[in-house]
Amino acid sequence: MRAKYVLAEMLVGLWRNVTMTIAMIITMIVSLSMLGASLLMYMQVDEMKGHYYEQVEVSIYLEKTVDDTQRSEIKAKLDSDPLVKSVLWETKEMAYENFKQQFRDAPDLVNAIGADELPESFRVALKDPQKFDQINATYAGMAGVDTVVDQQKLLQKIFDILGSIQNLSLVVAGFMGLAALLLVANTIQVAAYSKRREVAVMKLVGASNWFIQAPFVLEAVFAALLGSILAWVMLVVGKIVLIDGKLAALTDLLLPVSWGNVNLMLPILAGIGSVVSAVTAWVTLRFYIRV
Amino acid sequence: MTKTYPKASRPSLDDVSVSIEKGDFVFFIGPSGSGKSSIVKLMLHEIKPNKGKVFVNGKEISSMRSWKIPSFRRSIGCVFQDFRLLPNKTAYENVAFALEVIGKSKAVARRVVPEVLELVGLGGKEHRYPHELSGGEQQRVAVARAFVNRPLILLADEPTGNLDPDTSIEIMRLLDRINRTGTTVVMVTHDSNIVNQMRRRVIEIEGGRIVRDQARGVYG
Repeated sequence: MRAKYVLAEMLVGLWRNVTMTIAMIITMIVSLSMLGASLLMYMQVDEMKGHYYEQVEVSIYLEKTVDDTQRSEIKAKLDSDPLVKSVLWETKEMAYENFKQQFRDAPDLVNAIGADELPESFRVALKDPQKFDQINATYAGMAGVDTVVDQQKLLQKIFDILGSIQNLSLVVAGFMGLAALLLVANTIQVAAYSKRREVAVMKLVGASNWFIQAPFVLEAVFAALLGSILAWVMLVVGKIVLIDGKLAALTDLLLPVSWGNVNLMLPILAGIGSVVSAVTAWVTLRFYIRV
Repeated sequence: MTKTYPKASRPSLDDVSVSIEKGDFVFFIGPSGSGKSSIVKLMLHEIKPNKGKVFVNGKEISSMRSWKIPSFRRSIGCVFQDFRLLPNKTAYENVAFALEVIGKSKAVARRVVPEVLELVGLGGKEHRYPHELSGGEQQRVAVARAFVNRPLILLADEPTGNLDPDTSIEIMRLLDRINRTGTTVVMVTHDSNIVNQMRRRVIEIEGGRIVRDQARGVYG
């Protein structure tokens, strides 16, 4: 009986103030989907780091004038270096084949480069990718070495860009979240004001505090749950249309976003949204409904 | 016990000490601003005294934890000058509401509410809305709501303030009947007619102090 009363009061309250309810839900959708997107990006960057750092290499490009002694000296040093996991020697021919393969969509570029214009190199996998500086110090000055390139540095730039997109969406999520909270507080105030007579009588006859406050708090939680479900739908649509649709070509590089992660956002967003709005509603009521 | 409101230059109740026995019928009288309404608020724990203690039903309520207040208030019924009925509920629903919000089932309400409406003389008018009832009838609904939970104490803050003399007398008869069931009745009023007719204990307050406490008093 009591649960039924509380639920009925909650729905009446939401409906009585329906424009405010809609505004509250919309801001919640935007802020929660932003939050969800940045969480997804965070998980994505983490997965990508794991994936790419496994195969990250240091490329030691050799000068065109390198001779066999210099080459075998470098090779011997690499083979005996404790920091090195494995070494692959890429000849000019192999470099050209890889190049043709990578740029097969751009035949003009391939035709412009001759078969022996690409430098030969050693592809070195490190036991610890962080130790690039030591490798660089050892090999950069050796005779026959042109440059030493750390692929991790290239990846780092991509991760930095992703990181700043992620920070931006967190900031937007924060601002929209603040707006959503203010709307929750306002909605609760209006609801409490429109039921002030009932509240006064309930206090007078000794209704318990939770019983007086529950319908208002549930209003906020209900809006938050609805908002988080719709925010999750936005993420799903975003994955289908953007990640798997328009940006599908990039997923070779960026790795596809998994459904598992997207689905994980539903409970996370619903949890964060409902707890935060319940607390906001409760705090608002502390000021408006005194014992 | 002393109560000073914030920003007030003098205390609203100044070192007042009074005790009311179970089953009493007590009038608090005095001019506006004398502090008599503060007594009702103190007994309901709507305000707290600055000094001294308030005991109600044998419990010290001035230092009561706030979460205990709701259950404490269930032992007190309250009637006000402005009735405080819910305009969108019928007489029956107004009384039943007071039961429902403290967790009583609909079945209990169906049994008890007609009974108490009959007691206050509103049999047959259960399904009228407040605006379809006269002032006296609305106050009867308010009394029924205050009494339905069988409180130990009934507080009435100028219950006849909005009623004509004849209707006031009827309400007083009703409060007298309730008092005879053993319920303590504490009534704040400045209606001299009523006080003179009832001949009950009268406590007169002026300027925050008790100036008279008479067992079978008149308005004076």
